[in-house]
Amino acid sequence: MAEAIDYSIFVARSEDGLAQMSLAVDGIDCAACIAEIEDGVKALPGVVRARLNYSTHRLTVAWREETSPDRVVSQLEALGYRAHPFAGRAEESEARHARWLLRCLGVAGFAAMNIMLLSVSVWSGNVTDITPETRDFFHWVSALIALPAAAYAGQPFFQSAFRAVRSGRLNMDVPITIGVTLALGMSVLETALSQPHAYFDSAIMLLFFLLAGRYLDHEARRRTRATAGNIAALRGEMAHRLGADGVPVLVPVQALQPGDTILVAPGERVAADGVIASGQSSIDESLVTGETLPRALKRGDAVYAGSLNGEGALHLTVTAGGENTLVDDVQRLLDGALAEKGAYVRLADRVARLYAPMVHLTALVSAIGWLLAGADLHHAVMIAVAVLIITCPCALALAVPAVQVTATGRLFRAGLLINAGDMLERLAAVDTVVFDKTGTLTLPEPALALPRGADRALVGLAGRLALSSRHPLARALAPRADGPAIEGVTEVSGQGVEAVVDGEAVRLGSLAFCGAALPADLPSGASLIALRRGARTLVLGVEQALRPDALEVVDALKARGLEVRILSGDREAAVVPVAQALGIAHWEAGLKPADKIAALDRLKADGRRVLMVGDGLNDAPALAAAAVSLSPATGAAVTQAHADAVFLGRRLAPVLAAVDGARVAARLMRQNLAIAVLYNVIAVPLAIAGFVTPLVAALAMSGSSILVTVNALRAARPGRKDEASDAAAPAGGDARTLEEAAA
Amino acid sequence: MNVLVYLLPLALLLGLTGLFAFLWSLKSGQYDDLDGAAVRVLSDDDLPGSGAPPASTSPAGLPRSGASKP
Repeated sequence: MAEAIDYSIFVARSEDGLAQMSLAVDGIDCAACIAEIEDGVKALPGVVRARLNYSTHRLTVAWREETSPDRVVSQLEALGYRAHPFAGRAEESEARHARWLLRCLGVAGFAAMNIMLLSVSVWSGNVTDITPETRDFFHWVSALIALPAAAYAGQPFFQSAFRAVRSGRLNMDVPITIGVTLALGMSVLETALSQPHAYFDSAIMLLFFLLAGRYLDHEARRRTRATAGNIAALRGEMAHRLGADGVPVLVPVQALQPGDTILVAPGERVAADGVIASGQSSIDESLVTGETLPRALKRGDAVYAGSLNGEGALHLTVTAGGENTLVDDVQRLLDGALAEKGAYVRLADRVARLYAPMVHLTALVSAIGWLLAGADLHHAVMIAVAVLIITCPCALALAVPAVQVTATGRLFRAGLLINAGDMLERLAAVDTVVFDKTGTLTLPEPALALPRGADRALVGLAGRLALSSRHPLARALAPRADGPAIEGVTEVSGQGVEAVVDGEAVRLGSLAFCGAALPADLPSGASLIALRRGARTLVLGVEQALRPDALEVVDALKARGLEVRILSGDREAAVVPVAQALGIAHWEAGLKPADKIAALDRLKADGRRVLMVGDGLNDAPALAAAAVSLSPATGAAVTQAHADAVFLGRRLAPVLAAVDGARVAARLMRQNLAIAVLYNVIAVPLAIAGFVTPLVAALAMSGSSILVTVNALRAARPGRKDEASDAAAPAGGDARTLEEAAA
Repeated sequence: MNVLVYLLPLALLLGLTGLFAFLWSLKSGQYDDLDGAAVRVLSDDDLPGSGAPPASTSPAGLPRSGASKP
């Protein structure tokens, strides 16, 4: 049955007055899908445009009045694609920024090639027979190209440098801006004085290389964010909002306002924080607190978004709508943790702070030195400017971002979406890994534990009964059904379900409901569910199952010298089996969010750098307090927002891939910085001695840039366990983008 | 060296043509979906007799990139 859904908050007006909506579409994996989706949606009456972006898996649809947004979604569903609309305003501004960087890159590439054409003529002419008039003419033409091109293409750096200086900081863009401006200014002066050397090509080439690096960096982050946005949108969180007439309408959670009344059906996830207005139920708050046993609720109790409703229907009054669904004390802890964390100074910024004053001081000292040695003012200033040009941090500015781009791309393919740019640096220094239990070490959905010698026929029957129940525990049981759902099932609220099968009464539900005895051989942490058929009873346990590769990943982390710990909000009885199964000696159970932070603080006081992996709302403050944090994509939305990276899938392997990738990346970053420093150690004395001609500058600067970029590409090389196909992709991707930019 | 009088402007003109072609392609959204462009070429819906109605009534045979910008 298709229910009308009110998607109106996602609909925008396009420039030509049509209603327009963007959707994240799941399940696109072939070329044929494009035509199928576009043609299928265009077949709806009133749809004017449907364009699928295959890179981001987004569909943009524009229509006239005849079609409603939910018809588009149901049409896609009929075609076999899950889709959900989303509002991507932040992403639109990022896309504009990417296009701007690409325009700058195009202009810089054009200018660099044309100036190089003239410069090579001058360089070869200087050693043969160029006349001073021709050379000056070539220099003036270069100036004509270089000055407007630099004024346009240099904006990303000039703006950032200006912002940094105005707020009293130094970043890498400050020396870049000074270097480019000085090189251009000096070249114009030298041309006017009819001197043999001008540095137009160096200045523009510098901009070109740096823009290429910056664009790739921006694109890598945009791609991760687009994927994360799709995952968030495709969760498709909906709520039944009661209208004024008491009729429930299905709306996206973003449309909820405080004061709205929503209906939460049995087995449904609570969409927003609220207070129970009527009804009673028990509720599974494992995503909120980590506690796996359901909590009984009655009228007036507070309920948090992300909890899973049990057997009773509830009416909730929404207390905070949309994205602010955060419990107060968690919010308070979170603010505290964020304030205390302090700004981590990125490696590149630390280098910039050290580097900029040193370079400018060197230039000044060499000018004074030449003056004292008897050179005239013009010559001394030229030397100083040559020092600034040759040290202009081309290699240094590319050293860290180039590694970040390749490493991020590799981790992206391993199922890891990185939120924070400096995450790799912080992760490489980690020595302790702290896991949450529920939903992190274990799978988010519970699994069935059968007692020894359980009757297969009874289990199958329990599965068939479970198909008719919306209780969370029944979901784990339903896949065991050995036939279709049983007809005539009645639900006894708060107890279970009953039916008549082959003339025998059958019940599935609580132990008391079925009159079953407490069994001895089921795991202590499991929730119990019972089946009664005639006189026979069967008790099944439903417990949290470990992620399939949890043991290997924990062992591998230990083998890398990391200490592994568990901090769980769940009961001790539920934590002990997990800790034993994984061989984790240090664990703490029954922790509140504040206790988790206190535990992290103790670790920090011991001088440890902690990677926190968690999914629940109760983990959000701890994630913010840890040095680095990861969260599974099934985690609470707030938790993911505070994690440095989100990992996909049922396996824990991305955590290991992240640690390995970060270590490789950090090593390459240090190597790249060493290359950049070595380059300066060689080039600066040459510049001070006055041997740097434009040809030497061009060779040295592009040579060092290419060297650090090629070294950075090694970050994409697969590790021992990765697929071999990993290696080629980022290198190919980068080269392709550069070629397009230079067209 | 008189040859420079027209060779230099010619070289610049060629470069500028390339630059404007690039800026145009960027503005018309041709870089928005690079993976899609690679697979769309395999789509058969612009072939005659592929189930599409005659060209006079169908927009399917026209290139989609030009007109339908987001």
